[in-house]
Amino acid sequence: MTPAPMSDHSPIIHAIFGRLTLESLPLNEPIVVGTFIVVALGGLALLGAITYFKLWGYLWREWFTSVDHKRIGIMYMVLGIIMLLRGFSDAIMMRLQQSIAFGGSQGYLDSHHYDQIFTAHGVIMIFFVAMPLVTGLMNFIVPLQIGARDVSFPFLNNFSFWMTAAGAVIVMMSLFIGEFARTGWLAYPPLSNIGYSPDVGVDYYIWALQVAGVGTLLSGVNLICTIVKMRAPGMTMMKMPIFTWTALCTNILIVAAFPVLTAVLALLSLDRYIGTNFFTNDFGGNPMMYVNLIWIWGHPEVYILILPVFGIFSEVTATFSRKRLFGYTSMVYATVVITVLSYLVWLHHFFTMGSGASVNSFFGITTMIISIPTGAKMFNWLFTMYRGRIRFELPMMWTLAFMLTFVIGGMTGVLLAVPPADFVLHNSLFLVAHFHNVIIGGVLFGLFAGISYWFPKAFGFKLDPFWGKMSFWFWVVGFYFAFMPLYVLGLMGVTRRLRVFDDPALQIWFVIAAFGAVLIALGILFFLIQIGVSIRRRESLRDTTGDPWDGRTLEWATSSPPPDYNFAFTPVVHDNDAWWDMKNRGYRRPESDFKAILMPRNTGTGVILAGFSIALAFGLIWYIWWLAAMSFAGLLAVAIGHTFNYARDFRIPAETILATETARTRLLAAEATR
Amino acid sequence: MSRFRSLALLPAALLLGGCNMVVLAPSGDVAVQQRDLIIVSTVLMLLVIVPVMALTVLFAWRYRHTNKAANYQPDWDHSTQFELVIWAAPLLIIICLGAVTWMGTHLLDPYRPLDRLASGQPVTQEMAPLRVEVVALDWKWLFIYPDYGIATVNELAAPVDRPIDFSITSSAVMNSFFIPALAGQIYAMPGMQTKLHAVINKPGTYEGFSANYSGAGFSQMKFAFHGMSNADFETWTADGKKAEGELDRATYLQLEQPSENAPVQRFASVDPDLYRRILNRCVEPGKMCMSEMMAIDAKGGLGMAGIYNVLPLEYDKYRRRGSVLGTEPGYVASICTPEEAAAMMASRSLPASVPAGAPLTGSGLRLPGTIVPGFTPARVPSLSLLTGERQPTNS
Repeated sequence: MTPAPMSDHSPIIHAIFGRLTLESLPLNEPIVVGTFIVVALGGLALLGAITYFKLWGYLWREWFTSVDHKRIGIMYMVLGIIMLLRGFSDAIMMRLQQSIAFGGSQGYLDSHHYDQIFTAHGVIMIFFVAMPLVTGLMNFIVPLQIGARDVSFPFLNNFSFWMTAAGAVIVMMSLFIGEFARTGWLAYPPLSNIGYSPDVGVDYYIWALQVAGVGTLLSGVNLICTIVKMRAPGMTMMKMPIFTWTALCTNILIVAAFPVLTAVLALLSLDRYIGTNFFTNDFGGNPMMYVNLIWIWGHPEVYILILPVFGIFSEVTATFSRKRLFGYTSMVYATVVITVLSYLVWLHHFFTMGSGASVNSFFGITTMIISIPTGAKMFNWLFTMYRGRIRFELPMMWTLAFMLTFVIGGMTGVLLAVPPADFVLHNSLFLVAHFHNVIIGGVLFGLFAGISYWFPKAFGFKLDPFWGKMSFWFWVVGFYFAFMPLYVLGLMGVTRRLRVFDDPALQIWFVIAAFGAVLIALGILFFLIQIGVSIRRRESLRDTTGDPWDGRTLEWATSSPPPDYNFAFTPVVHDNDAWWDMKNRGYRRPESDFKAILMPRNTGTGVILAGFSIALAFGLIWYIWWLAAMSFAGLLAVAIGHTFNYARDFRIPAETILATETARTRLLAAEATR
Repeated sequence: MSRFRSLALLPAALLLGGCNMVVLAPSGDVAVQQRDLIIVSTVLMLLVIVPVMALTVLFAWRYRHTNKAANYQPDWDHSTQFELVIWAAPLLIIICLGAVTWMGTHLLDPYRPLDRLASGQPVTQEMAPLRVEVVALDWKWLFIYPDYGIATVNELAAPVDRPIDFSITSSAVMNSFFIPALAGQIYAMPGMQTKLHAVINKPGTYEGFSANYSGAGFSQMKFAFHGMSNADFETWTADGKKAEGELDRATYLQLEQPSENAPVQRFASVDPDLYRRILNRCVEPGKMCMSEMMAIDAKGGLGMAGIYNVLPLEYDKYRRRGSVLGTEPGYVASICTPEEAAAMMASRSLPASVPAGAPLTGSGLRLPGTIVPGFTPARVPSLSLLTGERQPTNS
């Protein structure tokens, strides 16, 4: 497919629509049209249902404009799960293509589509699945764990979420209007430069990430500030729950790393829009600089994803072993060491660029050093289980699956950090297997552990264990079927991103991998069923105590779901397992003398700003300059206008709090006598 | 049908899987050493991985909720001895692995000329390496044999047990030159040169390909690598000499056009300056070479005159379009052709070959030896800068 010719348009049409033409719509591509019809029908059904049940007002007032960290956290999770479906559809399309394109067969995807699919898969899974899920959990849990009523900047939190969602919308738009990048998920120039990717794909990529990046960065600032400034009295740094520690380190990484991504993408867009030569082949441009810069963001990014998940596993292991976390101090130091070291390893992503042996060895060895604190963490979980009383509830099952799976990924990762070994394994399916091994076996298993662990806190009922276990087994077994063959293929010298194959001996491995992908698809389906079934059976799964797992940290001290204000009185902390300590010392909930609580008021500004950002991005992608200019002006006007909004707070009256707390007292009493 | 057959062959495939794992059973000495490093590293790491996995299962089982017989210590959260072990064990493994890495990385540095053909077979002085210049095109491989004056597309041959010295670049986008049976890969990048030293020890035909995604035709960007006996190689080069084509700059510009699944092609002769021009991005007539630009820049640049020395881009290599808001695409025009430069040199009756390190000559520059007393000339670059290659900047 070639870009639509522009010459046959009158200047007026061109001024109005930029390079957007009817040919930009993929009307002659049955797969895309079919997808569009399904998405459109589904979307219409959803919108119709919302209208029919008169939910728009409710959604707008209670969710979209909410500045409550808990609601925003849940919206992040919903966004992540929806985008998981898109990212996984891409994955299964690739698996199908690679398992049939043998012996002269071209498969069912041409390179135009296949190359977009693998690019979109990587971008979506990292930026719009893993990031929202991790950020969502941090948003929901961190203020509760530190005994705060909200984050430091509640409006900023809402705005961050909507910017992330806007980035996801921009990526999704590329599916139906124009196309996505065909460059791989990091869009290396020169391929991503205007000379070799003249169409809108890379522009969609750039603007989706820039818009979402604003959200990520601001949410990082917000959470750092929250953790540093808003901890309950008595919670010194070394009494913070370990999940909060990992969240702190992750957000420091976000704040330090994401500006690099923003800058490198800005340079790339300057190359593409106004003809600068940062990363071009001619005129002194240097594409290697892009590769360095993007990995200076990219490597910390993988720790941004994995660190909070390490925190989740620490919480889960301690809770379900009914035992204090082993080696809290060394766990904290391990986290901090990983945070610092994650900036010193980026070059291991391109040993094959031809840096000298000393440079390569330096980065290889720093990479290996990271495995020391990571190994220490693994032992800490192990010794937390040691002399414990382990309950094999779903979160603990995910944790055990993680411990057994992640070490394999860690081992292959250290192997890839040996430069001469990397020379034969780089860019191969071995590499693909490795990072899926750590991202699925680490990040994703951890997110599922976190979801099943904290779901009762968010909604007041547990998740259905049967469907949860079904989902667990299909995910875990599916993972091994899908990715172990890729290790083998990597050792057979098969490189990544290939669309067709000659050697028939490879096919069987791709077929096994595709089978694994089908198992994972069922795992995802059962996860969705689990949520549906749990909602239907919510009365029998109800938890009135607010502490269904006999938890150890402060989030379990309040009701499930927590009231808007989280804690009627800010708790005082004496131990790093604050709630466990309170329970052991016969803590009694206050039942009277409540005071009014000042809370932030909801605002629609975040949604409006994100809407303008989408319009701005769309204008820039399609060269519709009037739209870009107007939406940029609108963006500034609304942002400035919002600063004149002085009615930002309201008081929850003491009577309301008394009523809420008394209701809870009654529930707890009923629970106690049952 | 074929699908079912392949499924039925599953157990056999599983058993035979090890046989075609080229990374674990390579045919070149460099790849063999890389394989050994993989195995050594894996074994080292298994020393800690296996106990961790075993302990995970053991502890999960032993301390299960229902096993009331197991020791339960809910407040036991610290043990200095254990802490020492859990930090020291990974540390020791990493110290060993780090030492192996440091040595292996230096020994197997692709830039380092080989010192052995195989274990116990050192490279001798009289063994001249086979020089091959590799250019990654969209989407095929060009191999130039400067010592034989021939070139091939998507076909590479080398005699067994003779060191091969690859110089690698790319015409347009980034690729990675990889023959798993021979040696590890290295990126092929436009305007830059990477090196690879390797040797093939067993005759045979091996697969080579690009290991870095480079656009639409990437999947079929493959070539056959033939390891052959010395005699066979001589025949092969002689056959190459008999081929039809001649690879000059015009032919190269044709060849460079993007094409997918390109057939094997042979050229009986090659413009000896072609590779240097590809590397310096000045195959197109009238375009200034990067080495010349750098030499001018090293002398302080052309000043304001330089900004007028840019011509609009006429060659349309690959749908090449300018940016939407910026200037028209262009390139730096060459100031004079090598022929003109040679003519000028000749007219000044200077020695034809200027020794490396001699000062630059040219109009506007002082002739060598005419330095005004008391005037110290600026450090001038040696002539090798003019003809030299651009090295990767982060080496």
